[in-house]
Amino acid sequence: MAIETREMALKTEPFVLNFGPVHPSTHGVYRMRTTLDGEVVLDIEPVFGYLHRGIEKLAEQRTFTGFIPLTDRLDYISSMSNNLAYCLAVEKLAGIAVPERAEYIRVIIAEMQRIANHLIAVGSFLNDCGAYFTPFLYMFRERERIVDLFEMVSGQRLLYNYMRIGGVSQDLPDEFLPALRKLLDLMPSYIGEYERLLKDNEILQARARGVGILTQETAVNCGISGPVLRSTGYRWDWRRADPYSIYDRFDFDIPVGVQGDCYDRFRVRIEEMTQSLRIIEQAIKDLPSGPVQADVPHLIRPPVGEAYAHIEAPKGELGFYLVSDDSVAPYRCHVRPTSLINLTALREMVRGWKVADLIIIFGSIDITLGEVDR
Amino acid sequence: MTVALSGKDIASKLEERFPGSVVESSQACVLIKPDSLLEVAAFLKDTPELNFDYFNYVTAVDYFQYFEIIYQLTSLEHNHSLVFKARCYDRENPAVPSVVELWQGADFQEREIYDLMGIRFEGHPNLKRIFLWEGFQGYPLRKDFL
Repeated sequence: MAIETREMALKTEPFVLNFGPVHPSTHGVYRMRTTLDGEVVLDIEPVFGYLHRGIEKLAEQRTFTGFIPLTDRLDYISSMSNNLAYCLAVEKLAGIAVPERAEYIRVIIAEMQRIANHLIAVGSFLNDCGAYFTPFLYMFRERERIVDLFEMVSGQRLLYNYMRIGGVSQDLPDEFLPALRKLLDLMPSYIGEYERLLKDNEILQARARGVGILTQETAVNCGISGPVLRSTGYRWDWRRADPYSIYDRFDFDIPVGVQGDCYDRFRVRIEEMTQSLRIIEQAIKDLPSGPVQADVPHLIRPPVGEAYAHIEAPKGELGFYLVSDDSVAPYRCHVRPTSLINLTALREMVRGWKVADLIIIFGSIDITLGEVDR
Repeated sequence: MTVALSGKDIASKLEERFPGSVVESSQACVLIKPDSLLEVAAFLKDTPELNFDYFNYVTAVDYFQYFEIIYQLTSLEHNHSLVFKARCYDRENPAVPSVVELWQGADFQEREIYDLMGIRFEGHPNLKRIFLWEGFQGYPLRKDFL
């Protein structure tokens, strides 16, 4: 009897797998509808909105100062940077000059925040790669020291609410600088430790080298910024290109990657920590004395107009667009969300890779859902 | 330092190339007719001495009489930036052309404006609500939404 081979052939078809919103690898409540062919990703469709709180609408019912605590809740991994970007926008709108000492404190704090953010970004990336929680806890050891310092200045450990329009809420306490000194002395050896443990790690190389390549052209066209853009080899940093605050006074390098893969994104972040340490060193050396808060009224009423201010936040370009109608509340407040825009290219980056690669490519972009959904 | 290009200079260039495309201009920005928005945007992107390759952001503001859509572009090569705007006077069915085919970075941002402000972006490949669910009534960022 002839065997009906045609009948026995396996029938395959793409299937849809729902990824998230509650999944440890999505770093929050992000959801992807992935279309898979076996284990290969054919397409993804991102689904947002699980953490949408309407922060832009809430801003319209708050005073300019009263909105600062809500900016903490955007990218809650690096709240200080959000505070800074928002305060810069209001200061631009209202024409407020910031005292010298406050500028230096802002730079010190913002760079510490960058280190803390990159520690989490790198730690959770390694977690996604399968180095389950060991490197993550090493990174948390150092972040803990930074958070302790932030607690000293602001009394908070996550949502700091420290910057104010025209300065910062309070001067550095006496214990702050000695404690920071200790951290600065220890940090290079910690970073050396990560490099020894990870840089030449064979498993990490195998998982991340050449995976999820993002080309320069796509990155620029998608509006991608921050370490993800720099990993493609594009030397672009808003601190250098459009210096805000007093960044033009400091000497630092802009680390870039070679080919824009996951490994480059990981390397760029580690090297940026070293550069942030350099900036902090210079800022401490020149830290002047004086007031930390400009003379501004309790209720700020900027003149009719609009302003956009942006900073190089740890994740990329974070900006605030504000419109004032000469009242105590913003008429419109728009956040340029780094995390949301950096996800634009994800679809192109993951096509053709396996599900396990999808997770590390996504992890290497480093997003916070608080900022994606707002 | 990123140089903010004068809206007036750009406006005269645009008037020369696309007569009638500019509504008004100031030092800070150029206001463009929605009909010619796409060709103006393509011109800004593709002209070598302008070369606006990076799309900073797009957002919209509700001024009751009209909606204003604000675009900011930067040229990473020349390190200069430009703000241009368009206005929609139709409150029932406001629409402007989508710039996604020029800058993919506008994709999620245009969807966000559609979702929260109710402005349609014609030619957008996937214009769906992004944060709120399909079937949600109203557009929260409009000033008449309470």
